[in-house]
Amino acid sequence: MVELTLFVIFGLAAVFGAVSMVWARNPVYSALGLMLTMLSIAVFYVSNGGYFVAVVQVIIYAGAVMTLFLFVIMLIGVDKSEERTERLPVQRPLALGLLALFAAGVLWAGRLVWVTGAPAGVVPVDGSIEAIGTELFRKWVLPFEVTALLLIIAAAGAVALALFREDGGDE
Amino acid sequence: MTGTLVSLAILLPLGGSVVLLFAGKRLPEPLAGVIATLTVAGAFGCAAVAAVDFLTGAGEALTVRWFDWMPAFGVDASLGWDRLSALMTLVVTGVGALIHLYSIGYMKGDARFGRFFTYLNLFIASMLILVLADNFAMLFVGWELVGLCSYLLISFWFERETAAAAGKKAFIVNRVGDVGFIVALMVVFAHFGSFRFDTVFESAPEVLTTGTATAIGLLLLVGAAGKSAQLPLYVWLPDAMEGPTPVSALIHAATMVTAGVYMVARTGAIFGMAPIAAGTVAVVGAATALYAATIAVAQTDIKRVLAYSTISQLGYMFMGVGAAAYVAGVFHLMTHSFFKALLFLGAGSVIHGMHGEQDMAKMGGLRRKMPATFATMTIAWLAISGIPPLAGFWSKDEILGTVFERGGAWTVLWGVGLLTALLTAFYMTRMMWLTFFGEPRWDDGVHPHESPAVMTIPLLALAGLSVVGGLVNTPFRTTLEHFLDPVFDAVRLAHVPTGSTAVALAGASVIAALIGIGLAALRYRDRVPDETGFAWRLMGRGYYVDDVYGQVFARSGKLAAAWLAFRFDARGIDGAVEGMGALTRKTGGWLRPIQTGFVRTSAAGVVLGAVALLGWFLWRGGL
Amino acid sequence: MTVTPGWYMALSAVLFVIGLSGILLRRNALVMFMSVELMLNAVNLTFVAAGRELLSIDGQVSVFFVMVVAAAEVVVGLAIIVAVFRRRKTASVDELAELRG
Repeated sequence: MVELTLFVIFGLAAVFGAVSMVWARNPVYSALGLMLTMLSIAVFYVSNGGYFVAVVQVIIYAGAVMTLFLFVIMLIGVDKSEERTERLPVQRPLALGLLALFAAGVLWAGRLVWVTGAPAGVVPVDGSIEAIGTELFRKWVLPFEVTALLLIIAAAGAVALALFREDGGDE
Repeated sequence: MTGTLVSLAILLPLGGSVVLLFAGKRLPEPLAGVIATLTVAGAFGCAAVAAVDFLTGAGEALTVRWFDWMPAFGVDASLGWDRLSALMTLVVTGVGALIHLYSIGYMKGDARFGRFFTYLNLFIASMLILVLADNFAMLFVGWELVGLCSYLLISFWFERETAAAAGKKAFIVNRVGDVGFIVALMVVFAHFGSFRFDTVFESAPEVLTTGTATAIGLLLLVGAAGKSAQLPLYVWLPDAMEGPTPVSALIHAATMVTAGVYMVARTGAIFGMAPIAAGTVAVVGAATALYAATIAVAQTDIKRVLAYSTISQLGYMFMGVGAAAYVAGVFHLMTHSFFKALLFLGAGSVIHGMHGEQDMAKMGGLRRKMPATFATMTIAWLAISGIPPLAGFWSKDEILGTVFERGGAWTVLWGVGLLTALLTAFYMTRMMWLTFFGEPRWDDGVHPHESPAVMTIPLLALAGLSVVGGLVNTPFRTTLEHFLDPVFDAVRLAHVPTGSTAVALAGASVIAALIGIGLAALRYRDRVPDETGFAWRLMGRGYYVDDVYGQVFARSGKLAAAWLAFRFDARGIDGAVEGMGALTRKTGGWLRPIQTGFVRTSAAGVVLGAVALLGWFLWRGGL
Repeated sequence: MTVTPGWYMALSAVLFVIGLSGILLRRNALVMFMSVELMLNAVNLTFVAAGRELLSIDGQVSVFFVMVVAAAEVVVGLAIIVAVFRRRKTASVDELAELRG
C-alpha cells in the first residue's frame, strides 16, 4: 500500500517534471523540471531496493549534473528562450506520429509481460554500498577501471574544447 | 666438404655479379673482366675438386640443402650433386671461364664493360642453379634466370633497335615454351605431391600411367623446345645473334640452349615410360636438325650460319635423348659446347678483326691475316663436320649409331641425321671458304688483324678440347658412359652398335662428311657463286617462317590487343567503371534532399528506425 | 493492489517517449541534452525494476555504469555547446545546418 501511494505520487511528479521540461520555453524551468523527475526516480530506486544508486542519483544527477546544466544555462544566457513556431515544415506532425507509434508499440509489447528470463538468485536484491562494491570489484573490475579511463578522456576533451579559440590558436 | 665446394661454385659467380653490379662502373676496365673471369675459374676449380671423387669412383650423389623455401610444397632450396650435374657444371664453368677471358678482349672499350660481366657472371650462377637443381622448382628458377640473362645480354646493345627487338623476341618465344614447362610441373606435383627429383623418378613407375607420362613428357618437350630452339619455337635463336659474340658463344651455343637436352636427360625416367613422348622428342630433333641445316646453307651472315648450325646440332642432341641415348646426347652436348663455342669465338675474332663486318661476302682470304683464328677454326670446322678423331665425330656417331641400332622407323631418323651430317659439312666448309680462303673482298678501309692473345688463348684451349674432347667416350673406351652409369642406370638405355655394324655406320658418317666438304670445296674453291635464286632466297630467309609468324601471331596479337585497348577497355571496362560512378552520383543527388543538415531531422530518422525495429520485433513475436 | 515491475516499466516508457519528444521538438541544444538525460534515467529505472524482479544486482551495476557514461557525456557535450555558443552566439541547433546535402 505504501509503495502504491509512493508510485502514484512520484509517478505523477516524474511525468509532470518531464513534460514541463519539454514544454518550458525558458531552459531554467526545463532544468528544474528534469530535477524533479530525477528525484522522483530516486524514490523509485529506493522502493526497488536500489539504495546505493538512489543516493548516487541524488548526488551525481540531481546534484552535480544538473548544477552543471544550470551553470551552462547561466553562462549562455537565460534570456535565450526559443519561440514556439516550428520552422521545419513536417517536423512536428512527423515527430508526433512517430512518438505515438513508438509509445503504442512499447506499451503494446508490454501488455502481457514486461520482464522475461529466469531469476538469477533466490534472495531479494540487496542494493547496499557493500553489495554493489563487492559486485563491482569482483565481477566488473575491468569495466570499472575502464570507466576511469573514460572519465579522464572526457575531462581532457572538455579542457581541449574550452581552450579552443576562434583563430585556431591556443591561449 | 663437397657440399661446400658445390655451393661455392654457385656463390662465387653470384658474388662476382653482385660486386660488379655495384662496383662495375668504378673499376678500371680490364679489372671487372678479370674479377668475373676469376670467379668463374674459381667455380670451375671448386667443381673439379668436388668431382674428383666421382672419377676415383668413391663419390656418392649428395644433396646440399640451403634453406626451406616453400614448405607448403615440401620444396627446399637445395642442390643435387651427382655425376650428370657434375659434368654439366664442369662444362658450364670450364667453357664459361674461357669465354669470360675472351670477352675481356672482345668487349674492350665498350661503354658498359662492367655491366657486361655482371650479366655474364649472373648467367653462370643461374646456369649452375639450373644444372645443380635437385627438384623441379629449383630447375625452374634456374631455367627462368638463364632466360632473363639471355634477354639482358641479347639486348645488351639496346641502342640498336634490332638488338632490343631480338631480346624481346627471345623472351616472348621462351614464354611460350615455359607455359608447357609450368603445366608439366603442375601435373608432376598433382601426381607426385612433390617436386623432388629422387621422389618423382623413384615412384614414377607406380604413380604414372603411360598416358600421364606421355602428357608430362610432351609438355616438358614444349618447354625444352622453347629453351633449346627446336621446331617450331626456334625463331628466337637466329635473332639472338644481335648480342655480343661471346654471349652467342656462351649462352646461345654452349650452355643455355642445351638446357632442354639436359632437362630431357634428367627426366629420362618419365620419358622412359612414355615411348610416344620420347619418339616425339626424337622426331622433333631430327626434323629440326635437317631443317636448320638447310637454312644454314644459305646464310650470308657468319653468325647466322652458326646460329642455324647450333639449332641443327641441338636437334641431334634431341634425337639422341629422344632415342634414350642419354649418354650420347649429353656427350654431344659436351663436345658441341667445345667446338661451337670455338666457332663462335673464332667468328667473333673475325668480326673483331674486320671492324664489325659480319657479311661473309665481304670477307675472304683471311687465313694469312689471322693465322691463329684460322688454325683453331679449322679444327672446329673438322670437328663439327664429323672428321675423326676430332670431338664431333665420336659424339655425333654415337647418336646416329644408337638411333640406327633401334631399327624400325628409327632408321628413317638415322637417314635424316646422316643427310644433316652431309649438309653440316657442306655449310661449314662454305663458311670456312668464304671467310678464310679465296681473294679478299674487304670493304675499303678495312684492315684485318689478328686478335690479341687474351682472345686467342681461349681459342687455343677450346681447340685442344675439340681435338681430345671426343676421346672420353669412344667405342674403344667408354669412360663417359661408365662415369654417367649411376645416373642413368634406372632408365632404359638404348645400345650403341658394336662390331662391323659400328664400323659401317662410322664409315657412312665419315663418307657423308667428306662428300659435304668435297662438294662445298669444289663450289667455293675459286669463286663466290651467285646465290640469289629462288631456292637460295627461300632458305636464306629461313623459309619465311619469321614472316609467317609475324603475320599470324604478332599481327593477330596486335589486333587483339588493339581491340582490347581501344574497344573493350575504353568502352567495356571504362564504361562499367564510369557507369558505377555515374550511378553513385545520380543516387547521391537523388538522396541529397534527405540530408537537410538539421539535427532534428536526423533524430527523426533515428526514431523512424527505432519504430521500424520495434515493429519488426512485434511482428516476429506475433504481435 | 501491488505495484509490479510492469508499472515501473510503463512509467519509464512514458518518460522515455517524453524525452524523445523533447529531442524531436525542441531547438535549444541544452534542452535537447536534458531530454537525453531524461531518456537515460528512464532506461535506468527499467534496469533497477527488472533487477528486482529477477533477483539480480546486475541491474543496479548497469545503472552505475550508465551514470558514469552519462557524466562523461555531459562534460563533453556541455563543453561542445559552450564552444559552439562562443562562436555562433546561439544555442539553437537549427542554426547549425552546414552539413546540408
